Amino acid sequence: MLSRVTRAAGVGVRLRRVCNAAALLCCQPCMEKCPAAHVVFSRPYSSQKEKLDMSIFPVENIRNFSIIAHVDHGKSTLADRLLEITGTIAKTDQNKQVLDKLQVERERGITVKAQTASLFYSYEGMNYLLNLIDTPGHVDFSYEVSRSLSACQGVILVVDANEIDLKNADPERVEKQIEKLFDISKDECIRISAKLGTNVEKVLQEVIEKVPPPSVNISDPLKALVFDSTFDHYRGVIANIALFGGEVQKGHKIVSAHTRKTYEVNEVGILTPNEQPTHKLYAGQVGYLIAGMKEVTEAQIGDTLYLHKQPVEPLPGFKSAKPMVFAGMYPVDQSEYNNLKSAIEKLTLNDSSVTVHRDSSLALGAGWRLGFLGLLHLEVFNQRLEQEYNASVILTAPTVPYKAVLSSAKLIKEHGKEEITVINPAEFPDKSSVSEYLEPTILGTIITPDDYIGKIITLCQTRRAVQKDMVYIDEHRVMLKYIFPLNEIVVDFYDALKSLSSGYASFDYEDAGYQAADLVKMDILLNGNSVEELGTVVHKDKAYAVGKAMCERLKDAIPKQLFEIAIQAALGSKVIARETVKAYRKNVLAKCYGGDITRKMKLLKRQAEGKKKMRKIGSVEVPKDAFISVLKRQSEK
Amino acid sequence: MRSCLTREAQTLIRLSQVQRISSVFFGGGTPSLASPLTIAAVLETVSRCAHLAADAEITLEANPTSAGALRLSGFRASGVNRLSIGIQSLDDVELRLLGRNHTADEALGTLEEAKKLFPGRTSVDLIFGLPGQSVSSWARGLEELLQLCDDHVSLYQLTLERGTSLFKQVQRGSLPMPKQEVVAEMYESAREMLRDIGFRQYEVSNFARNGALSTHNLSYWQGSQYIGIGPGAHGRFVPRARGESLREARIQTLEPDSWMKEVLAFGHGTRKRTVLSQLEVLEEVLVLGLRTDTGITHQHWQQFAASLSLWDMFGSSEEVKELEDQGLLLLDNRGLRCSWKGLVVLDSLLLTLLNQLQQSWADRTAHRI
Repeated sequence: MLSRVTRAAGVGVRLRRVCNAAALLCCQPCMEKCPAAHVVFSRPYSSQKEKLDMSIFPVENIRNFSIIAHVDHGKSTLADRLLEITGTIAKTDQNKQVLDKLQVERERGITVKAQTASLFYSYEGMNYLLNLIDTPGHVDFSYEVSRSLSACQGVILVVDANEIDLKNADPERVEKQIEKLFDISKDECIRISAKLGTNVEKVLQEVIEKVPPPSVNISDPLKALVFDSTFDHYRGVIANIALFGGEVQKGHKIVSAHTRKTYEVNEVGILTPNEQPTHKLYAGQVGYLIAGMKEVTEAQIGDTLYLHKQPVEPLPGFKSAKPMVFAGMYPVDQSEYNNLKSAIEKLTLNDSSVTVHRDSSLALGAGWRLGFLGLLHLEVFNQRLEQEYNASVILTAPTVPYKAVLSSAKLIKEHGKEEITVINPAEFPDKSSVSEYLEPTILGTIITPDDYIGKIITLCQTRRAVQKDMVYIDEHRVMLKYIFPLNEIVVDFYDALKSLSSGYASFDYEDAGYQAADLVKMDILLNGNSVEELGTVVHKDKAYAVGKAMCERLKDAIPKQLFEIAIQAALGSKVIARETVKAYRKNVLAKCYGGDITRKMKLLKRQAEGKKKMRKIGSVEVPKDAFISVLKRQSEK
Repeated sequence: MRSCLTREAQTLIRLSQVQRISSVFFGGGTPSLASPLTIAAVLETVSRCAHLAADAEITLEANPTSAGALRLSGFRASGVNRLSIGIQSLDDVELRLLGRNHTADEALGTLEEAKKLFPGRTSVDLIFGLPGQSVSSWARGLEELLQLCDDHVSLYQLTLERGTSLFKQVQRGSLPMPKQEVVAEMYESAREMLRDIGFRQYEVSNFARNGALSTHNLSYWQGSQYIGIGPGAHGRFVPRARGESLREARIQTLEPDSWMKEVLAFGHGTRKRTVLSQLEVLEEVLVLGLRTDTGITHQHWQQFAASLSLWDMFGSSEEVKELEDQGLLLLDNRGLRCSWKGLVVLDSLLLTLLNQLQQSWADRTAHRI
């Protein structure tokens, strides 16, 4: 009956906000009943060089929509088909993940940077402008997604109907599940195969029929939402905008609600998905704008743009990016510092949500402390550094600034004040000269469905957090407030929280000043000699765990020598953890005759070279990358 | 094959212009599978191109299965006067593990025949550090062999070769290898056992009594010149016939068919030649010489390093002094050598010594010594 489909259902989801009409798409169970696909449309221009005239699309003929899907469920493939069917791109076999321009996106199969495409489609005698706003799918980028969605009036939900153990898809079963979960009748599902193109045209038609046009007015003053921005070396910042009122064209003077800066518009246009300049952009339309902005921070996601002297109420929901995951980033070798520096600068040109601070480490030299929206954000950033800029990086757990209230008159005089900030463990003043140590804290707010309360509370407890408040904000959701020491959060708290709440818990934080803390300086010793570069400041409660982990990693990184090596973690004179590298009892090649000699000489000489490069701590020879392996961030997977 | 071997032997001996061949070793793979006629032909060519003393050591490497009594006497007749038998183990289970075709009984049978034909000139090979072996099982096997062997024993720690079934099994984890300390214990106890019954450990893996040292192998460790004949053979000599004065490291083409073509076309199938600098020669002398119990004498070193004595090279190094203090190395009026303890960890000592050698060599023109 049905030709085999691998993807089921395009279904509309009711958006709470703007439209009251349900945006649901109907189901056509049989492929045979579908009208023959016709790809007739009229383009409002004849050559690509001419500017488009967007006035031919009245608001009623505009549909702004997005596609929502779980990872790998086929969002990008569907987008490819939509682009092909509307003639936006030529239909070839090469179209795969057309909207995913970044290598890292193509490799990981994810969308990182949202791309937008304006599609032209003719249906029942009318020309429609369909704006597909592609969104990143990962929880790290939930803010971007929320802003992109606010420019839409409907979405297509794509659900994969393939089962791993069954050869054929089971669309019926999936439809039943959708009905149950989302309260969408299965009559409203469309069964498609994005790969084969089956029924995809139907999707477009349903979008036209079911998604309402934006309810905006061209005669209102200009009100544009910035939902993304990119940096182009020649043209500056290109802001992706959705107009909620009015119109905009070259020469207009616009103002950013957030920065209050004024700019003159150089160019406006739509994305197909490449930039296509137009004369104007009208309310309800989605496109881009270039206005002489030099940095992406001038066009922040969620910002509102309006005409000079005609200020409007800014669109709700704007938020400055707040980093959730931090990492120290160092070049593998100090000689690569400049290369890495310029790579980071270039990459952050296009990503205003990465926070950057300079930092330095005894072992690794000069580097940075960076903040990311989440672990995926960090990983993608790191991968892009390597792939696009050829920079290799060492990631470490970042340092936090501790404080100490000095009690020794001598030291107070030396530093010129009583309370000092300590970033470098080597500068950590001894307990005897200190009346109090302080660590930075944050007030963290977690909102979660109550299913996860237990696990979250346990997680917070393991991070030395103190509960300040716990309140039900509705029937099923709880808001928890905790004071966290900053150093317990910086590495992987956010991800742990997301993991154990299946992504449902949200986290926000603000600075909460310093609190007294039982801090200690932990030294790492090799056969009794301290390794300065590996000294760390930790809270007394965590000293054993941290010390043990460091000793274990060092043990794996230091090669055997002619004597035993004792690796110890110590607090002052007290040893709290220990590992041993046993001595060589036998290390000599068994056979060394004619044919073996060449090979042996090569090996020995290579090892002798390596030995020259080792650091000697006391009599223990330590390879350079031993430190790196101890300090570097452990992969979460 | 036979004519190619003789052809290559002739070409290379003439190239080296050596006048005296002190020993010949037929090895690499299983040469006892080759025929006595081939052995005879090669020896005949060698003695024609240079002086081959009547009592020069002529060794044949043999595996027990292919070396039946009749064949052995055939080889003796062709000129072989020393036999090295790859017994490996006296435990049939271990032999199968190693992928050997013979049984322990067959091995002992070959040994007996060999002792009759080559008295005082038979050597046996044993391997330790096998999966499943313990210090005591190794000691038992060794003891058994020591009661039956001749005057020369070679003991080798098992090295896993890529591509062998044993390698794969260990990699997979289906065969646990004995711990490093246990293997070290096996070696130590073996050394002592052999010492106690009158064997001299004259090299890391080689033990002899009644003076039955292998002169051929000794010449490797003393840095003498050697010519490698046949597919994959290695050599170290000066091609004087070409007017050269520096020693070359040579490797013959590995693949037999290609090698034969080259020999027929050019007289020899040398795939690779690398000129060794004086420093590189010294490095080899150092690495190889320290494997022996006598180490490197001052006179011996002088042959290669003319202007720089061992004292010059190593006498003032702090690191070398430390190794001496630890009782691992000796530098005295005899020369430089490892102690009994030091020999076991030679490869660690060599790293320090090689670096020091390079340093001293580089400094010699600066007259800093």
